[in-house]
Amino acid sequence: MTPTTPSGADPSTGERLSTQDPPLLVERSGEGETPRREPEGGSSPRGPRRRRELADLPPVVRYAICAGILGAAYLLPWVGRVPVIGPQIQTQGIDWPSALFNMSYFVLLALGLNVVVGFAGLLDLGYVGFFAVGAYTVAVLASPDSDLDQRWPWLACVPVAIGVCLFSGLLLGWPTLRLRGDYLAIVTLGFAEIIRVFADSSSLLRGDRGLGSIPHPPGNWSDGSPIFSVRDATPYYWLGLTLIVLMVLAVRNLKASRVGRSWLAIREDEEAAELMGVRTVRFKLWAFAIGAAIGGFGGVLFAGEQGFLNSATFQLMFSVLVLAGVVMGGSGSIPGAILGGALISYIPDRLRGVQIAGTDAFEYRFLIFGLMIIIIMIFRPQGLLPDRRRVATTQDQEER
Amino acid sequence: MTTRTMGNGQPASPGVPADRAAGPHGGNGPAPGTGREILARVDGVTLAFGGLTALDGVTFTVHEGEILGLIGPNGAGKTTFFNVLTGVHRPDEGRILLDGRPVTGLRKHMITRRGIARTFQNIRLFSGMTALENVMVGVDSRHRTSVPGALLRLPRHRHEEERARKNARALLEFVGIGRHSDQLARNLPYGEQRRLEIARALATEPRLLCLDEPAAGSTPSEKDQLLELIRATRDRGVTVLLIEHDMRLVMRVTDRIVVLDHGRVIADGAPEEIREDPQVVAAYLGVPTDAA
Repeated sequence: MTPTTPSGADPSTGERLSTQDPPLLVERSGEGETPRREPEGGSSPRGPRRRRELADLPPVVRYAICAGILGAAYLLPWVGRVPVIGPQIQTQGIDWPSALFNMSYFVLLALGLNVVVGFAGLLDLGYVGFFAVGAYTVAVLASPDSDLDQRWPWLACVPVAIGVCLFSGLLLGWPTLRLRGDYLAIVTLGFAEIIRVFADSSSLLRGDRGLGSIPHPPGNWSDGSPIFSVRDATPYYWLGLTLIVLMVLAVRNLKASRVGRSWLAIREDEEAAELMGVRTVRFKLWAFAIGAAIGGFGGVLFAGEQGFLNSATFQLMFSVLVLAGVVMGGSGSIPGAILGGALISYIPDRLRGVQIAGTDAFEYRFLIFGLMIIIIMIFRPQGLLPDRRRVATTQDQEER
Repeated sequence: MTTRTMGNGQPASPGVPADRAAGPHGGNGPAPGTGREILARVDGVTLAFGGLTALDGVTFTVHEGEILGLIGPNGAGKTTFFNVLTGVHRPDEGRILLDGRPVTGLRKHMITRRGIARTFQNIRLFSGMTALENVMVGVDSRHRTSVPGALLRLPRHRHEEERARKNARALLEFVGIGRHSDQLARNLPYGEQRRLEIARALATEPRLLCLDEPAAGSTPSEKDQLLELIRATRDRGVTVLLIEHDMRLVMRVTDRIVVLDHGRVIADGAPEEIREDPQVVAAYLGVPTDAA
């Protein structure tokens, strides 16, 4: 990587991957001004309107852009060295690598929730439950405080935790198959509360005494010191970023397949979808399970980095924040979920240590954050980086 | 599935048997039930919503390769019958056999796999998906790729994706909207949305295609094109069951007509018999609001 790459990523918002949004934003905001044909009207049909997008560029250019963004993202820990802009981006009240790590697991959560809410249209307000299941599975298997006293290494816990998350996704999905919208939201809310109350009261999970000394992932630097430690969160951020890349690839494959089409069809009209042969039960359960597994990856990462979990860790606010991130980024859009997930973590962390009229702005983080969401939703109801389909849908609905 | 195309306003494909191309006043093909294979048998289907009997012992047969009209005044139970046929409602009594095997009680997607597809009176496309994707969802009903296959891009996934795309394009051409394959369904003009619904239903490779008022809201020239499309569909080997209020269209395109009134079959016969049936005239044609 050239040293100039990070500065290329920084100027807009300081979010990694944000370099891809300016062209998209320009394209889309311009599109809103083009006259739209009434769906019922005119007999002369308009030809397919081509929009210049990342997907329309030649493959070489596309891969080069993606590689550039990715490289910049991996170099983000050193953004502070970029003159003028760098220090503005870095957080003040929390060390920058930790802030980056926080972003990485929030992005993972947003990616997973986007599958459930954005693709399949299943409103899940209890998503933190899967995050907790993933983290607690690692803690129970690995922590010396656990009654099981297994003391597994972190890496061995990961497949088990993901399996448990998949299963818990099915467990939540199965009884809620017939529910939609508000009703589903309430049941999922209850699910997250069950997990929290269970963590609070079960002797296995030790309530607010929690489980500590959760081991770090394996690996040593050449000088013999461990790669993953409490001293520096940078390797954790890289691990999170790598997981994000893998999850993005997986979710993209799914989206561009029969599975993705089935999810979209279910979101649009579940009964019509089933009448067209879509196996709605199977694909809704898959959506829950995949969402849960991706949330679980966030959880195992979090457990390793924190080294300690207790029942106070998994507040309902997590679910609400992640959902806000998905909607803010553009429900159903993978770049949107990445940006939204990063923002919900970055904004409060950035406000930490900033003085406004003698008070730490962190105190007002939810006020400022809430205002930002309201403003974004007023001016871009389709989200910051919306899915191509959703753009048109939202605009049409506005015109009616 | 053949990929024969039909241009807008073109006459029916050359393969149409002369008796059918001759129109309603010519012969109407073999008389019902003589020498024709039975595709579906509707046997005493009864369904009540609360105190209202929507379907009352509906019994008739559908023959392989025919265009069968299902008519009746508003509220006669036509759409309800489609809902029973496609598994949306389960009948209180009676059953429907396709190829001699019951479909009543099966789940909706299983009935689709057995070979019954439909369109909707009030268009129910996946409006936020493109025309092509809408049809691909239909083709997918014959596919088996699930999450593992798609995740790892296994050969079957690639093969099925290619097939879905190819069949969907061919079907969009067939219904005459091939140019608009990348348009979102909701942005298509009304008449093309109706055609897209037919393409999506055909994509499931049905043996029996149920069209629920496909001509509603269409202009006369659109109706002519629709008529050709229905005939071309039948010529692909798909049996058509047609609910339609436009009597001129029904009389021109169908081989046989079943008339429902208050959930009961009151007549069953060739179009010209139905036209003169006093019971039908009283129940339906005599009602001026329904005559198109």
